[in-house]
Amino acid sequence: MTLQRFMDDAISPWMREDAQDSDIVISSRIRLARNFADAVFPVIADSSELEKIREFFQKEYAHQSFETYDDFEFVSIRDLTAVEKLVLVEKHLISPLLARKPESAAALISQNEQVSIMVNEEDHIRIQLYYPGFQLTKALEKAFALDDWLEEKINYAYDEKRGYLTACPTNVGTGMRASVMMHLPALAMTKQMNQMIPAINQLGLVVRGIYGEGSESIGNLFQISNQITLGKSEGDIVADLQGVVKQLIEHERNARKYILKQSRENLEDRIFRSYGILKYSRIMESKEAARCLSNVRLGVDLNIIDTVSRNAMNELTVLIQPGFLQHYAKNTLSPKERDILRASLIRKRLGEED
Amino acid sequence: MECQECHQRPATLHFTQVVNGQKNEIYVCEVCAKEKGYMSYPTDGYSLHDLLTGLFNLDSAGVSSSHQKAFQDVQELECPTCNMTFSEFKRIGKFGCADCYETFAAELDPIFRRVHSGNTVHQGKIPKRQGSNLHVKKQLEQYKAQLQSLIEQEAFEKAAEVRDKIKELQKIADSTDKEAGDDA
Repeated sequence: MTLQRFMDDAISPWMREDAQDSDIVISSRIRLARNFADAVFPVIADSSELEKIREFFQKEYAHQSFETYDDFEFVSIRDLTAVEKLVLVEKHLISPLLARKPESAAALISQNEQVSIMVNEEDHIRIQLYYPGFQLTKALEKAFALDDWLEEKINYAYDEKRGYLTACPTNVGTGMRASVMMHLPALAMTKQMNQMIPAINQLGLVVRGIYGEGSESIGNLFQISNQITLGKSEGDIVADLQGVVKQLIEHERNARKYILKQSRENLEDRIFRSYGILKYSRIMESKEAARCLSNVRLGVDLNIIDTVSRNAMNELTVLIQPGFLQHYAKNTLSPKERDILRASLIRKRLGEED
Repeated sequence: MECQECHQRPATLHFTQVVNGQKNEIYVCEVCAKEKGYMSYPTDGYSLHDLLTGLFNLDSAGVSSSHQKAFQDVQELECPTCNMTFSEFKRIGKFGCADCYETFAAELDPIFRRVHSGNTVHQGKIPKRQGSNLHVKKQLEQYKAQLQSLIEQEAFEKAAEVRDKIKELQKIADSTDKEAGDDA
């Protein structure tokens, strides 16, 4: 069963593909918010109205195919266990908000896990599409195609002046959030990132960490996305984001070169210490794991470590999260038990690489 | 970056203080920010959502407060489709349905301007199926602007070509308008 595979594999099939700039940009994402013209938004809709929408999606789109995305899996949130929900959130296949919705929330997920269409989240429809590496333009093109495909059967809430109408005023217009996940260890090490964030904000873009809600980033992973959705076309928003991302890539590459030139021994020491911790620890907190994984990933990118693949790093980043650990253990675990299992899974996975 | 006050927790807040023209950057954690009084508002669970609803309310508390109050006393805006009132919308920060945009139209421009850097009008995608008339309309506008500039440049041959294109498009636009009229 497909849901079982979504659960068991930490790394989504699309993440395995090699892509442009994937030493720095981990993934690119486009999200489009859409609503039915003639139904009350999920925020205030009653359960029978939401159920009608859920049923419509199940009837019309379950196991349907579009272009390369064949056989969409229809997942109703109410049929999932708490751990299953957590795993789908950790893989970014559904949002934390969708997982918390008690009734009639659902998701259509493509077999390669690249596309997820969330139903009855804050808006009726949230189309979400991932590409590995730095491929925003391609992601936008595909998201538009999916959007047109859905629109063949759905009358969208759309207004000539305001664009796509959404529950929250922050999404109106394009309904689009474009984002990239970047690994920026050298900018963080040289303390440049904190100076850059305010400048990036001034360009109408938002910088966030992937773990947790706050601005704190763990594992030097940063998500950068557009703030404004009204008054600029999707293409212009993506172009602006790309411009900033390109600059960040260049700065990160320069900072890596600088560190290598100035203090190669220190850098190598830091990377191999982290590698040692990952390989031999018996108890590992998630923050420590994320920090060490960041160092080792940098080591792989700079060819300082050649015995580990980037895929193993991507896989471990997902695998060490609480939901995955508990799914793996087939049991709920106390934080201490999780730290022990986390250490053991990391040892095992890195052992396979040698 | 660590908090510059306690040097233990990571700095999650960044303040820029300007005192007598002297700019001062402060990086602190939430705990120290509260203790040292950098923040004057309660921060427990202060989310983006609170910030936004704060923005909306700021709006009515500001320039037009007396007018607003008088207006609210007389009649509270309420969406006929979903019964969302304007004050409820400001409280939860969410529209109830597509028609709320129409109902609250007169109040929305200042909100959108704040949230979207001064923008109030959509510039992006038009739905492929639903918006086929709009596509024609947009194209017509483009051609008309093009025609105007060609005439100004006295490039009359090219202008004639564009004029023909406009005529053709106009036919399509008229016929779909008619269909829409027939439906009604």
